[in-house]
Amino acid sequence: MELNARIPSGPIEKKWDKARFDMKLVNPANKRRNTIIVVGSGLAGASATATLGELGYQVRCFCFQDSPRRAHSIAAQGGINAAKNYQNDGDSIYRLFYDTVKGGDFRSREANVYRLAQISVEIIDQCAAQGVPFAREYGGTLANRSFGGAQVSRTFYARGQTGQQLLLGAYQALERQVQAGTVRMFPRTEMLDLIVIDGHARGIVTRNLVTGEVDVHLGDAVILASGGYGNVFYLSTNAKGSNVTAIWRAHKRGALFANPCFTQIHPTCIPVSGEYQSKLTLMSESLRNDGRIWVPLKKGDNRPPDQIPENERDYYLERRYPSFGNLVPRDVASRNAKYVCDEGRGVGPGGLGVYLDFSDAIRRLGRKTIEDRYGNLFEMYQRITDEDPYKVPMRIYPAIHYTMGGLWVDYYLMSTIPGLFVLGEANFSDHGANRLGASALMQGLSDGYFIAPYSIGDYLASNKPQPVSESHPEVRNAVACVQQTIQKLLSINGKRTVDSFHRQLGKIVWEYCGMSRTAQGLDQAIEQIRELRDEYWENVKVVGTGSELNQELEHAGRVADFFELAELMCIDARERNESCGGHFREEYQTADGEALRDDDNYSYVAAWGYRGYGNYPELSKEPLQFEYVHPSQRSYK
Amino acid sequence: MRLKLKIWRQKQGSRSGQFVTYPMDDVNPDMSMLECLDVLNERLIQEGQEPVAFEHDCREGICGSCGFMINGIAHGPQPATTVCQLTMRHFKDGETLVLEPWRARAFPLIKDLVVDRRAFDRIIAAGGYVSVSTGSAPDGNAILVSKETADRAMDAAACIGCGACVAACPNASAALFTGAKITHLGVLPQGQPERDRRALAMVAQMNAEGFGGCTNIGECTAVCPKEIPLEVIAGMNHDYLRASWHERDNVVKTLRPFTEWSYGSKLQNDPTR
Amino acid sequence: MATTVIGAHEIRPARFWASTNGKKVVMAITGAILYLFIIAHVLGNLQVFAGPEQLNGYGRFLHAAPEILWAVRGVLILCVVLHIIASVQLALRKKEARPVGYAQKDNIASSYASRTMYWSGPIILAFVIYHLLHLTAGVVQPGGKFIEGDVYHNVVAGFQVWWVSAWYIFSMILLGFHIWHGAWSMFQSVGINHPRHTPVLRKAAAILAVAITAGYISIPVSVLTGLVK
Ligand SMILES: Cc1cc2nc3c(=O)[nH]c(=O)nc-3n(C[C@H](O)[C@H](O)[C@H](O)COP(=O)(O)OP(=O)(O)OC[C@H]3O[C@@H](n4cnc5c(N)ncnc54)[C@H](O)[C@@H]3O)c2cc1C
Ligand code: HEM
Ligand code: HEM
Ligand code: SF4
Ligand code: F3S
Ligand code: FES
Repeated sequence: MELNARIPSGPIEKKWDKARFDMKLVNPANKRRNTIIVVGSGLAGASATATLGELGYQVRCFCFQDSPRRAHSIAAQGGINAAKNYQNDGDSIYRLFYDTVKGGDFRSREANVYRLAQISVEIIDQCAAQGVPFAREYGGTLANRSFGGAQVSRTFYARGQTGQQLLLGAYQALERQVQAGTVRMFPRTEMLDLIVIDGHARGIVTRNLVTGEVDVHLGDAVILASGGYGNVFYLSTNAKGSNVTAIWRAHKRGALFANPCFTQIHPTCIPVSGEYQSKLTLMSESLRNDGRIWVPLKKGDNRPPDQIPENERDYYLERRYPSFGNLVPRDVASRNAKYVCDEGRGVGPGGLGVYLDFSDAIRRLGRKTIEDRYGNLFEMYQRITDEDPYKVPMRIYPAIHYTMGGLWVDYYLMSTIPGLFVLGEANFSDHGANRLGASALMQGLSDGYFIAPYSIGDYLASNKPQPVSESHPEVRNAVACVQQTIQKLLSINGKRTVDSFHRQLGKIVWEYCGMSRTAQGLDQAIEQIRELRDEYWENVKVVGTGSELNQELEHAGRVADFFELAELMCIDARERNESCGGHFREEYQTADGEALRDDDNYSYVAAWGYRGYGNYPELSKEPLQFEYVHPSQRSYK
Repeated sequence: MRLKLKIWRQKQGSRSGQFVTYPMDDVNPDMSMLECLDVLNERLIQEGQEPVAFEHDCREGICGSCGFMINGIAHGPQPATTVCQLTMRHFKDGETLVLEPWRARAFPLIKDLVVDRRAFDRIIAAGGYVSVSTGSAPDGNAILVSKETADRAMDAAACIGCGACVAACPNASAALFTGAKITHLGVLPQGQPERDRRALAMVAQMNAEGFGGCTNIGECTAVCPKEIPLEVIAGMNHDYLRASWHERDNVVKTLRPFTEWSYGSKLQNDPTR
Repeated sequence: MATTVIGAHEIRPARFWASTNGKKVVMAITGAILYLFIIAHVLGNLQVFAGPEQLNGYGRFLHAAPEILWAVRGVLILCVVLHIIASVQLALRKKEARPVGYAQKDNIASSYASRTMYWSGPIILAFVIYHLLHLTAGVVQPGGKFIEGDVYHNVVAGFQVWWVSAWYIFSMILLGFHIWHGAWSMFQSVGINHPRHTPVLRKAAAILAVAITAGYISIPVSVLTGLVK
């Protein structure tokens, strides 16, 4: 299918202004009559809901948690980028744009990224005005730190709880609109299908997670801001509830899914400690600013770290990347950790870990400073591992953390289904093949506060959607589908728990579609995923009923979608015969083991169309032009 | 290690429940309390029994979803730790753990260990914000905030809305939660214009929700996973007193507390209207 | 969104009183006044050690100007009444706020005093009533005849009866607990709390409570031991 990204003409720094000017406006009196459905109350969803409410639209916002404030954005620790150049260290909108395109390994859309960099500045103003307690200098100005591979200090933060504070800001703005009567919040309500009428997104089918009621919500436009799908790997840094269901069901209704295989592995997580492990805990990447990463030089050297002399340690990142050292981008840091562990030089149980050592920093800056900077992270680490990072070096290992892939959207964040907008991590976004640290919060808020509210207005003004009734066949059909799936899951009553399937699926995807991938491995994965999925539909056991709070049933539905997604991820990874960013195909690497891109053949966005289960999905390509930042081999040496 | 879990089981919709004791034979000291429940639930499902319903999401101690009483202490014995981060190594081999849900009229029980905390959302909706619509903000550095003030605000803003303060308070008072938000916004320059309004409205909503009154007992702060200090309650009382004095015309509006979940399948009866 | 104006309390003082926070402020202020009385009163009473003339003189002095005396009494009565009504209402609210109690509940931080305010209070009330009948009105006359104006005799005679002294001492101890928590609690209730000063305040509150209690108790004790006769 022909993909039109609708990128405005003109020089890149003028595109967004031009777009905004060209947009049609909705007459204030009419806004009241438009209902907008927002799935998700994370940074993207909550900010969009609040802003649309402020504009006077009737908004219905949905989340599966018991409160919008608990959306997974709450967990973001490190910070949020903005090209404010408050530190006067040579930052600028253009530099943030440049870094993001380069960091994304030239697989993102220039126009979007530039707009993101432009808007980043307004985000900080907005959040500061909301009372987000950003870190401050003694003089009262906003403090910054350098983060995840950036050479300028452009990251704004609130202790180790930046995501929490930004989300609470958006959440409070949302609740203000609830009080004002423009927004209605539906917590503990899960979207299970998208309603498409005459080719336009007109509503959703939901399940009330407390009463089990299946409901229909109709509106004039639908926003999906349902977050990332990292939990397809079972073990990830995502919240347990994070899922692909919302966007996957939309995908099945015709929205194209872009770059599903672009997933990000975060280098600094706490290693797995046992089979029971339910999730992985991230240690903010800011730790890499002062911590030094190393492993023993010798294989299987299992002396305690403090007994390994300096000259028998291998600070491999500093060795291989002299100029960036421990601050190389995430994918590079992660892959190198994998290599040293594969060489058998890993530390800790199972040899799956590397040291992140603060002893030098503590010597240099004093314990106090380190405490101020990372106190809460150190506590968290000690709470989980029972080791004191002030004394013993931390043990870290990469874990799946973020998904760059998602539903394909045009410049206006509209998917291939008119009226269906996708925001935040749920869309395939501006991060290309790899996301730079502290830029997801930025993207979520820019989508929600500053982009969607404009483009929705334009859509409504130019399409003037007419009312539809709940008795419309498409509505009935969608409701029926949902009810069938629920009934099916409850009726199988097999032998294995949902979790056991999810774990097994996760292992497959991590093994073959994780940090590094091979054609033949991916083929195997596809095989195994299909077998497992078939077993799932015969042998899964879901106890309880559908007419009450039933967490097993919720999980079962999500895992069912993960199976299909997992397959698509492998297909996409298989199709992309190059290495770029988070996608590393062992067949395609440089002499010294760096990712080897193939710009001639793969400089495009791979957008997949659903063609029924078991049928090979349809691939549509959106070619990427680079007029400003010219593709080069990323080098952090 | 071996443990006995004595867990409160209550069917949805039924008014009463009872404790059921589950022996756990191979508990790994490194697993978290919730992972321990995962293991139990896997077993229950295998046996065809209903798993124990408990709230959780981030499992990093930040989302505020999780929480229940362990041996009479909200979030268990470890200070400044949510149950999702509480590792089993803190318990003795052979110990019996009593798991009980938050108990408060304002937190109606839904099932097993899951309660309805929407009252907190309504308290925030009443005034827990700065009314600055998108786009109307001045430059981030236009308003200077001293580091001390920012830190104080952050200390209060760290609240995760878990409800442990209510659960632990002998009066079932929501003073610590409400005080935390009133203080967070009340100390910042951005929060000044609405300071009086906020205090009046949030306090009114808090009282409308049927929480108990605070009598300065101090259990709340002791169990708070984010160690929100009692100072914030004084902050709330101060702002409330000040606002009641300043108030010129009656600005206080409160949302009707509602505990229904069913919106009716056609969404006719909207409880919020 | 249906937003209902809270209660029928367009009258602002009524709304203030209706809120738990408002009640606490009232309790704090009335409590503070009662607290001052307690201190003044113990100082007055300690004159018993200076012999009959001194104490009786003080007694006469107090009764010299009835209108002032009744003004003071009026204030005290009002305080006690408000204080009590508020505390009773808070206690009722506490009941409603947790219909289903815990099977197991540990208190890990709060002081014994803070949790017992609700019954140390009433006992103090009972005491005050008895006390007024005993030494002010002279209705109950445990230790022989009540002599109007001879405060010294009344006190000594009363305390020579062991159970009267015991009852006083017991009540004094509860009062001690009550004001120990009360003295810092009232500052918290009116919104005064500071990470550096409050800990000091709490210590001071404890010391004062002990001192006041000791002061009161010393009287029955010394009567029993015959120091004062
Ligand atoms: C541990 C961790 C740390 C991070 N740190 C940083 C950082 O320092 N800087 C940074 O920039 N980024 C960071 N990120 C990434 C960033 O937090 C996320 O990408 C971003 O918050 C996603 O926001 P969102 O609004 O798109 O989705 P989310 O915040 O995940 O919100 C998803 C919402 O959708 C709802 N939802 C989902 N499915 C359904 C459904 N079917 N029906 C109804 N509702 C549904 C959920 O209830 C939730 O409200 C971090 C991520 C993790 C996991
Ligand atoms: C002369 C005697 C009394 C003194 C000096 C006194 C003093 C105080 C003080 C200073 C407080 C703290 C107020 C606050 O925290 O805001 C208090 C609280 C309280 N008082 Fe009294 N009081 C006295 C008598 C009583 C009586 C007779 C009762 C009950 C019938 C009572 C019941 C309470 C209760 C229940 C509290 C706890 C409420 C709270 O701490 O908020 N008190 N008292
Ligand atoms: C050992 C302890 C005490 C002694 C010896 C004592 C003694 C007295 C005496 C002699 C009087 C009568 C004064 C007069 O009418 O001339 C009196 C009055 C009074 N006492 Fe006490 N008292 C004691 C403790 C207390 C305590 C603890 C309280 C309060 C909690 C209290 C409250 C009062 C009150 C309210 C009056 C009435 C004052 C008035 O006349 O208006 N007393 N006391
Ligand atoms: S104040 Fe503490 S205990 Fe209460 S809700 Fe907030 S975080 Fe939880
Ligand atoms: S325990 Fe309860 S009484 Fe007040 S100080 Fe905390 S809310
Ligand atoms: S699960 Fe999020 S705080 Fe425990």
